[in-house]
Amino acid sequence: MQKYSGFGLLKHSMSHHENWQRVWRNPAPKKHYDVVIVGGGGHGLATAYYMAKEHGLTNIAVVEKGYLGGGNTARNTTIVRSNYLWDEAAHLYEHSLKLWEGLAQDLNYNLMFSQRGVLNLGHSLQDMRDIERRVNANRLNGIDSQVLNNAQVQAKVPILDCSKNARYPVMGASWQARGGTARHDAVAWGFARAADALGVDLLQQTEVTGIRRKDGAVCGVETNRGFISADKVACVASGNSSTLAKMVGIDLPLESHPLQAMVSEPIKPILDTVVMSNHVHGYLSQSDKGDLVIGAGIDSYLGYGQRGSFDVVEHTIAAIIEMFPIFSRVRLNRAWGGVVDTCPDACPIISKTHIKGLYFNCGWGTGGFKATPGSGQVFAHTVAKDEPHPLAKAFNIDRFTSGKLIDEHGAAGVAH
Amino acid sequence: MKQINRVDNGGRINRHKTLVFTFNNKTYQGFEGDTLASALLANGVDVVGRSFKYSRPRGIVTADAQEPNAIFQVGSSQATTIPNPRATQTELYKNLECHSTNGWPNVDFDLMGTVGKIGGAAMPPGFYYKTFMFPQSMWMSYEKIIRKGAGLGCSPQLPDPDSYDKLHHHCDVMIVGAGPAGLSAALSAARAGARVIIADEQNELGGSLLCTRQLLDGQAAQVWIDKTISELAQNKNVILLPRSTVFGYFDHNYIGINERRSDHLGEVDHNGTRQRLHKVRAKQVILATGAHERPLVYGNNDVPGCMLASAVSTYINRYGVVPGKTLALMTTNDYAYKAALDWHDAGRKVALIVDTRASSDGDMVKEAMQRGINIVFGHAIIDVKGSKRVKSVEVAKLNDSADKVLGSSVNYVCDTVASSGGWSPVIHLSSHTGSRPVWRDDIQGFVPGETVQAQHVCGGLQGVYNLSQTLKDGFSCGAVAAQEACKGHGNDHDDDLNVVPQIDELSESASMALFHIPHFKPTSRAPKQFVDYQNDVTAAGIEMANREGFESIEHVKRYTALGFGTDQGKLGNINGMAVTAKSLGKTIPETGTTIFRPMYTPVTFGALAGSDVKQLFDPARFTAMHSWHLAQGAEFEDVGQWKRPWYFPQPGETMQQSLQRECLATRNSVGILDASTLGKIDIQGKDAREFLNRIYTNPWSQLAPGRCRYGVMCKEDGMVFDDGVTSCIDDNRFLMTTTTGGAPGVLAWLELWHQTEWPELEVYFSTVTDHWATMTISGPNSRKVLEKITSADVSNEAFPYMGWIPAEVAGVKARIFRISFTGELSFEINVQANYGLHTWEAVIAAGEEFNITPYGTETMHILRAEKGFIIIGQDTDGSVTPQDLDMNWVVGKKKEFSYLGKRSWTRIDNQRSDRKQLVGLKPKDPNFVLPEGAQIVFEKGQAIPMTMVGHVTSSYFSACLGYSFALAVVKGGIDRKGQSVFLPLADGTTVEAEICSSVFYDPKGERQNV
Amino acid sequence: MLHIHCPYCEEYREEEEFSVVGEAHIIRPLAPEELTDQEWASYLFFRKNPRGLHHEMWAHSHGCRKFFNMTRHTVTYQILETYKMGQQPSITTEDTK
Repeated sequence: MQKYSGFGLLKHSMSHHENWQRVWRNPAPKKHYDVVIVGGGGHGLATAYYMAKEHGLTNIAVVEKGYLGGGNTARNTTIVRSNYLWDEAAHLYEHSLKLWEGLAQDLNYNLMFSQRGVLNLGHSLQDMRDIERRVNANRLNGIDSQVLNNAQVQAKVPILDCSKNARYPVMGASWQARGGTARHDAVAWGFARAADALGVDLLQQTEVTGIRRKDGAVCGVETNRGFISADKVACVASGNSSTLAKMVGIDLPLESHPLQAMVSEPIKPILDTVVMSNHVHGYLSQSDKGDLVIGAGIDSYLGYGQRGSFDVVEHTIAAIIEMFPIFSRVRLNRAWGGVVDTCPDACPIISKTHIKGLYFNCGWGTGGFKATPGSGQVFAHTVAKDEPHPLAKAFNIDRFTSGKLIDEHGAAGVAH
Repeated sequence: MKQINRVDNGGRINRHKTLVFTFNNKTYQGFEGDTLASALLANGVDVVGRSFKYSRPRGIVTADAQEPNAIFQVGSSQATTIPNPRATQTELYKNLECHSTNGWPNVDFDLMGTVGKIGGAAMPPGFYYKTFMFPQSMWMSYEKIIRKGAGLGCSPQLPDPDSYDKLHHHCDVMIVGAGPAGLSAALSAARAGARVIIADEQNELGGSLLCTRQLLDGQAAQVWIDKTISELAQNKNVILLPRSTVFGYFDHNYIGINERRSDHLGEVDHNGTRQRLHKVRAKQVILATGAHERPLVYGNNDVPGCMLASAVSTYINRYGVVPGKTLALMTTNDYAYKAALDWHDAGRKVALIVDTRASSDGDMVKEAMQRGINIVFGHAIIDVKGSKRVKSVEVAKLNDSADKVLGSSVNYVCDTVASSGGWSPVIHLSSHTGSRPVWRDDIQGFVPGETVQAQHVCGGLQGVYNLSQTLKDGFSCGAVAAQEACKGHGNDHDDDLNVVPQIDELSESASMALFHIPHFKPTSRAPKQFVDYQNDVTAAGIEMANREGFESIEHVKRYTALGFGTDQGKLGNINGMAVTAKSLGKTIPETGTTIFRPMYTPVTFGALAGSDVKQLFDPARFTAMHSWHLAQGAEFEDVGQWKRPWYFPQPGETMQQSLQRECLATRNSVGILDASTLGKIDIQGKDAREFLNRIYTNPWSQLAPGRCRYGVMCKEDGMVFDDGVTSCIDDNRFLMTTTTGGAPGVLAWLELWHQTEWPELEVYFSTVTDHWATMTISGPNSRKVLEKITSADVSNEAFPYMGWIPAEVAGVKARIFRISFTGELSFEINVQANYGLHTWEAVIAAGEEFNITPYGTETMHILRAEKGFIIIGQDTDGSVTPQDLDMNWVVGKKKEFSYLGKRSWTRIDNQRSDRKQLVGLKPKDPNFVLPEGAQIVFEKGQAIPMTMVGHVTSSYFSACLGYSFALAVVKGGIDRKGQSVFLPLADGTTVEAEICSSVFYDPKGERQNV
Repeated sequence: MLHIHCPYCEEYREEEEFSVVGEAHIIRPLAPEELTDQEWASYLFFRKNPRGLHHEMWAHSHGCRKFFNMTRHTVTYQILETYKMGQQPSITTEDTK
């Protein structure tokens, strides 16, 4: 793999950037792979990378029906944090956050992971009790997290309306300093480039149309480019999980909903943390380009159309003005939607299935981006070893039968 | 200052009304009717901004929504300033103040430009991804510097003084765009009797007709426009919306329009709203959005003076501004010749026309020849000289396939370069609803694709550029849409009215499909050829991205930032796709389609929020006694949408002192609580009782009229989700109370089960929360107070605990419930809400001798916690069963029906003995109040991560007990009473507490039962 | 934003008046105690979640408060029919336009 550096940039500028290597090959599908990963988003590419790097499996392919990183990886609001309430979720997301912290160096690709801190605002006494509970749990789980009062919040974000005049005055917040944002596309490209360098075949424009089984075990995938034989098939394709499961007659406890996000026109830097509010239902950060990146809650109906309803945009912007009255004259440039697979307990499924060789990693709901490296690593382990990674164990599909749900609705009440 | 580029006559400006304005603190003059852009060009202002990455000087390129460069900060104060409006779409007003958004110290002399020149070579697309990685800890510092360059304009620093509103419409035919196609469609639709709305982003309706040279029926186009608008304006079924941008097309024919009502008047105080959002549900939608001209991509095509050919025409014809002295035009088509003809006819010099085609014998070409303009066929402008203004161009011969230049170039002196690579239909709106555009080779452009919307397209949007054809298209489109929309209520009208005026159409030769002009050097070494100006995306950058493997157009866009500017790729996307297609040896559609998202052009946040701001963000609910609470100086708590008194501080009291006073008064004498916000649902019908049996976990079969019972509801997953007291009014009627926040959800829950699963049960639900005002008097003296204002017998014998009676209280019909959430003798008086304040005041007066003390939610929380009564949402979180709450007594064991939630309790996870269970905690230090939310461990001194076994849900100091106490959930807690647990706190200390019963006060429940 | 025909009000109203409940025609088992945990879980949590036609339940919550069913396409968002509780959909394949 060609090494990227500032020096390299200077060197290549001498030759007018004509000699950069390809970031990844564009291979023809082989007849057989040990593992076929279905879904070339951040999670799928991360799965491939860790599978090759840590489990020595290099005869693997990622099949993607569109282009790499073109699903929710390309559509989210890029927030990374790990301050989840329940132990199982907190450990998984914290594992992921730790990976983020060295990921640019590991992949030799600057993901612009910016630990600018994440505020979760509290606007009621119960909000504050919930924040205290979550922060205390985080702290004892080794996750940096603290409770801020109104004055401390105001000091962190001077432009936030922390006055008593607000409809729902800010009473305080939780603060995770290590949280922040990352450049979403770069995450997919960084993992793709590194996976390709380890020999993983990245097959774009390759759509899975069927999952073939033999003697009760998976034996490959049918695609628009023909049958590809595989010992194991690992599905990690948000917005398509139910469709893939249906190919083998499995129902999943999922619902796919539109999730909208939007950006303002770029303005000069004015906000250097991530501010989230479940109560008024909006959250935002400012990108390195100057856009205010704003997230909404999910649209309540099922939808695969990568768009939602306009009233969600109106309510979200009203929420932003409620928090930041000075943004009233700033202008909204673009709104779009992704498709998120939501689970009844707002936690993912990282699981074997009753079909040998078939694995699912899905149901990340609104919060999958932040988990990209961790999800990939634990899923790679689960698939490669055919046994759940210790951190993935609690996220098996059987929990919906046993009742051992991990209810993170408190942490995921609003998208992120 | 003289407007050096203003010609003496012509244009649609009012020369009698001079407007003074400032740009970058320099004063200029323009006329009414100018845009900021036309006024700046009239004054000979060349450099209006600096580019984002390389800080290159930039000038005005377009006259419309495509403008990438003239992005300003407009406004004179920190409250009224607006970031990023395009000068081309900003109407000039008196004393307008504006600034460039980039450039330091100023746009004419920009130090960053020097940095851009030197460093630019090392900043190809994606350079961020390749550097700033080492050491890891430094990224935040690098980023700080990178962020300094971010953004265009500045956010205001003060709240917006303006207001915004919204209007909803339903119409038969919604027409987007009031050019020739839209106007003729409006005419025919309106004539057919349809209710029509027609919106256009410009200040005047007319679109391309506003600056055409063509005559309609031998008269200037304005005559036809005036006649048309007059007819439409007189039709009461037609709404004309100028200055109204259709920014979004949403599912089921839903159209969003942003009308700018006062922006053109300046920052004056005005009574109306600044902007209005129209939301239109249309039966039929006609998109008549026309087409945008594409520039060509050539060397140094961003030097100020390089413009779109059509923009040049627009400035001359509409504003009387010739934006230069000497013009060079490069075109792939006949239509752009108009710019040269206009320029020549305005009396200025056309250096030459460079036509990339081998030949053309179109009428306009002939006209140009007749005027003696030098035309060079088969050539192209490959490079522009100059930095802050075009000085000259290099012209070279193209090979037959136009992918190479031949021989050597010739230099021509000029100060303006107009270019035209053809036209791109404005397909944006049609793709908002998920429809994918399709490429048409014959017009070299994307047009709207298949859609499920009731959508029609006409005119330039579907590649019809000939005026008569466009008018005809509009007429027939309007008629068809009206017919489909008005099935049943349309007029019998005469189609003959829809006559296309006589127009002498000019013959045109075929255009050439050319986007990217080659250079002698390979693109990577040629002078910079800009594709997307705002983000400094060049042809070389795109080719580099392609070489690196970014081949899908979506990858190209994301890697190079093509199309991510505030113009959203209007100017550059198709050219970017063409460059990609050429470098990959594909066709344009093979590189992918380009999907546009709302907003068409940016929309003010304030307009999107409308009036839903400040206190109207979510209207608050107040009880009938709110004014009394205010007068008493109560502090309020937000509970759901309600404002509830939190506590009633007396002068000089701390909160803790207030609470102690309120608690002791209630325990020792009498307190009063406004409980009106609790949800109340009137349930009637002969099967009401059976219904309650299925919804609640406990049995209801035996509850007699006049009696009340506490009940718990679970979801089907077995988890508690609401509780409250339900009273039997008579055998067919119950009054259910719910938590304050849960009320709407519970009502919906009841309706859901009744309507979808048990419709055979005869039962009806009606919310009566707001109908009743509820006041709870609680404490040993409460009966004495009540007796003073009611004649009813409220003795324990006549009116025992957990009963209710109808009675008259303070002269008002009331229901009195003997239920208690404090553990004291309590009466809950319900009166019709209009009598709430009256009754409350009567109770207060009656209680005076007992020092009746109003208390708020906080005291209520303390008193109920002393009794171990739970609060849903505080002591529960959606993962707690009744068994976990040690409330087996509320679970019906013998009920026939398998009520909601029951089945889930037998799942494996519900059988665990180490589930978290509700218990009491007594801190070892009786004065230390455990923080609510503190986590609990069994063993102290653990390393992190610790094994957490529960948390504190409620915690207070009890003035009555004289010590602090808490409720908590603890793993297996019910069997651990008497054992110690530890709470490692945020300050690093660990405190110890003992698990105990959750009932701290009057465990036998004697006090409420007297 | 969806434009929804309430089969009880017999009018088209804006989506903001309605709330979505979820997949339609899920019938509560008559004897929950006789079900295995797996079967019970299937009733509680497992859904078809199709890409294409979906029969789903809505409520006219800020209107007549009636629950009703809808056949809707989850990609185009087209609503093909709404029908009252207790009725069956008339459109069950995508071919029916």
